[in-house]
Formats: sequence, structure tokens, C-alpha cells
Amino acid sequence: MNWNAIAAIYRFEMARTFRTLVQSVISPVLSTSLYFIVFGAAIGSRIDQVEGVSYGAFIVPGLIMLTVLTQSTSNASFGIYFPKFIGTVYELLSAPISFFEIVIGYVGAAATKAFMIGIIILITAHFFVDLTIAHPVWMLLFLVLTCISFALLGFIIGIWAGNFEQLQLVPMLVITPLVFLGGSFYSISMLPPVWQTITLFNPVVYLISGFRWAFFGQADVALGWSVAAIVVFMAACLFTIGWIFRTGYKLRS
Amino acid sequence: MATILNVSGVTKTYEGGHQALKGVDLEIDEGEILALLGPNGAGKTTLISIICGISTLTSGAITVAGFDHMKDFREARNLIGLVPQEINLEPFETVMNSVRFSRGLFGKPRDDARIEEILKLLSLHDKKDNRIMTLSGGMKRRVLIAKALCHDPKILFLDEPTAGVDVELRKDMWEIVARLKETGVTVILTTHYIEEAEAMADRIGVISKGEILLVEEKDALIKRLGQKELLIELDAPIDAVPEALSHYPLTLSDEGGLIYSYDAQAGHTGITGLLSDLREAGLHLADLSTRQSSLEDIFVDLVKEDAA
Repeated sequence: MNWNAIAAIYRFEMARTFRTLVQSVISPVLSTSLYFIVFGAAIGSRIDQVEGVSYGAFIVPGLIMLTVLTQSTSNASFGIYFPKFIGTVYELLSAPISFFEIVIGYVGAAATKAFMIGIIILITAHFFVDLTIAHPVWMLLFLVLTCISFALLGFIIGIWAGNFEQLQLVPMLVITPLVFLGGSFYSISMLPPVWQTITLFNPVVYLISGFRWAFFGQADVALGWSVAAIVVFMAACLFTIGWIFRTGYKLRS
Repeated sequence: MATILNVSGVTKTYEGGHQALKGVDLEIDEGEILALLGPNGAGKTTLISIICGISTLTSGAITVAGFDHMKDFREARNLIGLVPQEINLEPFETVMNSVRFSRGLFGKPRDDARIEEILKLLSLHDKKDNRIMTLSGGMKRRVLIAKALCHDPKILFLDEPTAGVDVELRKDMWEIVARLKETGVTVILTTHYIEEAEAMADRIGVISKGEILLVEEKDALIKRLGQKELLIELDAPIDAVPEALSHYPLTLSDEGGLIYSYDAQAGHTGITGLLSDLREAGLHLADLSTRQSSLEDIFVDLVKEDAA
């Protein structure tokens, strides 16, 4: 393993995060605070409680997931797309580094950044609502696995994307709707029965449900399904990345 | 000298069916400077990209100091530095960070002292904390070279190092290459400027339409260039070289004059003797002129022959 290379990529990507602190960290925190104000305070004051949890607290796991999913995907996709766009990808391809090491560097940095933002939002949430975390280890595990899986997805998108529009396409048209419809702001049990069934086809439901279970000890779907969903999703991403590696898809002509 | 790079039978056919390389064989000796000369689209960049691992080859084999460039890609690539043709740099990074990143990618531990040495060699040291976007085009090209050199490669590829660079910077580049040669680095550069190949290279290879047409010592080529022809126009055209002048390398020109071939760099060209012998043979001179085939002529001839 070329550890120095992995470290170089990781540091380079993290340096970008810190250089662009305002847009990388502060803006997601600001937008999440706005959600708290609008959904938590304005609407939440009329909803009272969901499944025994105050509405303001209930939406915290969903809000964190919303940001973490978008952030890990867009960070990783941008991380690998940018060198392709400005041409510096030649360096990655001509260095004594395996594709696997490139993935660890970029995905690791993107996941770290998303994780940091997730934690910052969690801390921010504390200022708005009372929160107790029932299963902190599970909470962290879900958070880490989600960051890594969606950073892997982002990496794939970054390799696939041929322009900036395509880079935005998947996060905007797929991930955001899935998260909004995946029970970020409501419990699935609040939906009409038909939609409860349809919703089960949304993979994000399982992530948010599992994550919310780690907070409040109650879930929309069984914990096992949540764990299985994230493992399957991660495996699918790894398989796709393996395929990219073997074929050199959109990287090596 | 030992062979450091061996390219044998390398072909490249792109997906669309375009054959960019048609069986390239090339052997590079350690410490030499080879200039690959060829028109646009000849396959220069494709060849370099394949050797460096940016493109894949369709068939053939490449070894770098005995290491297969695919199977032992780590060992092989460790020995190679690449300066691409396009100025591909992270605009927002500082020079120092960008070079550090490259060194890291090649698996080398951080060593700022070594990087500063390289920056000094390239007269970039005072710009080390500048952001790349604030540098001029020539400086950016130096950053690319620093990035390629920071892991101490044995072979440096310079793909069109002076494309779009002004005359002064071009001279600087030649000087940098000369300094690199002194440090023992093997340099392979591509160019379509003949004078550049002449100024920098030990050997010159000519590539056209995906084939290497010739690889020759520059000195041998220069010698070939040194061959001059003296064109002798006569008052009265003749139809055969006079017997009295048969010991001179003379041929008949189309206009019934004579053509004398000689080595301009030799101490004794024999022109004085020839001229007096001409008079003795009773020939009256109408005019004299000389012509010299340049590397460009040879190059154009080769490329034309290839096209025919």
C-alpha cells in the first residue's frame, strides 16, 4: 500500500475543505438551523409530539441525514471530478498508486468532511431542542457508514459525470427527493397505507429509520433491515467501483 | 550505456478505430536526451501517455529499467516524471502545496528541503508560497516541471515543453534541460520545433502517423546536414563531367551545370582546387551558389515519404 499517497490525497482534499470553510461547513450549518426554525419552531409548535418525541427533536436525525447524504455525495463527486475537469487527473493516473488507494484518499476525505458536518449539526441542534441519544455507538456507526457509502456513490458520480450539470444531477434529482420522502420530517406511520408501502422502496427510509432508532429507540422499520440496507448499498457501490477499476471506465482511454 | 526504457511493438487503436500508434519500437539509454520530433497528431503524446500509464496500449510491451510498466507499475512509475503538454494545475493551491502533493502521490515522505532545492533549480523558489493562479504561463510550466521532478525520477518526459512559450522562456527551458542532464536524468521531450530538438537533444527521433521513421544521433544528423552542395552554372552547358575532373565528387545538374558535394565542416573543402581545375579544363563559370539541407528538409522529406 502506498500510504504516503493516500495521506497526500487525503490532506490535499481536507486542505480544500478548510480553505473553503464558509461554503463547506458554515453553509450547511446555516441551512440546517433554518430548518430547525421553520420546521422545529414554527410548525413543530403545532405538531407537539411524534411517537412520544417532541417534533423539534424528532426531525434532528432526518436533518442530519439530509445534510450528510448530500454533503458526502457532493464532496466525493466534486473531489474526483475537479481533477478530471482541470486536467490534473494525469498525475493520479501516472503515479505509482492503485485505484483502490485513490478511492480511499478521496472517499476518506469526503466522508470525514460529511461526518464533521453531521457532528456540527448535532451540536447545533442541541441549542434548539433537548436531545438524548439512546444508543450513541449505533448512532456513530450509522453516521460513519452512511458517510462512507454515499461518498462512494459520490465518487462514482464524479467519475461518470462529463460536466457540472451531470455532477449536480444525481444529488438534486435523486438524493434530495429520496431524503425528503424518506421520513426526514415525519414518521412513515403518519402516511396513508398505500404510501407506507411505496415508501419501503426508498432506501433512505431504512437509513433514517435506523439512525432515528439510535437516537430515540424507536424505528419505522426493524433495525436489522436498516443495517442490511446500508451494507447492501455499500457493497453495490464497492462493486461498481471495482468495475470502474477493471475497465478504466472514463479514466484511462 | 544501459537501456532505461524499452518500448517494443507498441500499438494503440482508439475505440473509434483510429490507429494512433502502429508498432513503435524505441530504446532509450540512461542519461541521454531524446527529442521526438513530429507534426501534430503524429502520436507523440499518445506514446508518452501510454508509457506513463495515462492511456492503455492495445498491444506491445514497455519496460522501465527492466520493470514491466503494467505488471510492476509501482516500480516503473516511480522512475518516471511527466510534464504534460497542457498546463494542468490546481489554480487555488500554493506552489509548495501542489509540489508536496505530487511528492506524496509518488509515495515519498514529506521533505520540504528537497522540494525547495528543486524549486531553486527551476528559479521558482521565491514563488513557493504564491497561489498558482497568480503565476505567469512560464512560471506555471516550471511548477509542472517541479511537480514532475519532486520524487526524483530517473526519466523525465517533457511533452511539448515550449508550446506557446515566448522565445526567452524557451531558452530558459533549454537551460533547465541541460542542468537536468548534468544531474543524470534521462529526458525525453516531444516538440515540433526542429531548432529545439537541435538545441537540446543527444538523439532525435522522427515520428509521423504513429510510426517512428528514424532515430539517429543528433551529431550524425548534423553531419548529414553539414553536407553542402556547390552549384556551378556554366556559360555553355555540358552533357558529361569532363574526364579531367573525374576525381572530384561531381554530378551533372539538370541545367547542364555541375554539382559538387562537400563537407562544410571539414577543414579542407577542396573548393579552391576544384575552381582552378575547372578553369584548366576550359570551363567558364556563369554563377556559383551553395545549398544545405536542413534538419527541416530531412524531416519534411521523411514525413512526405511516409505520406506517399
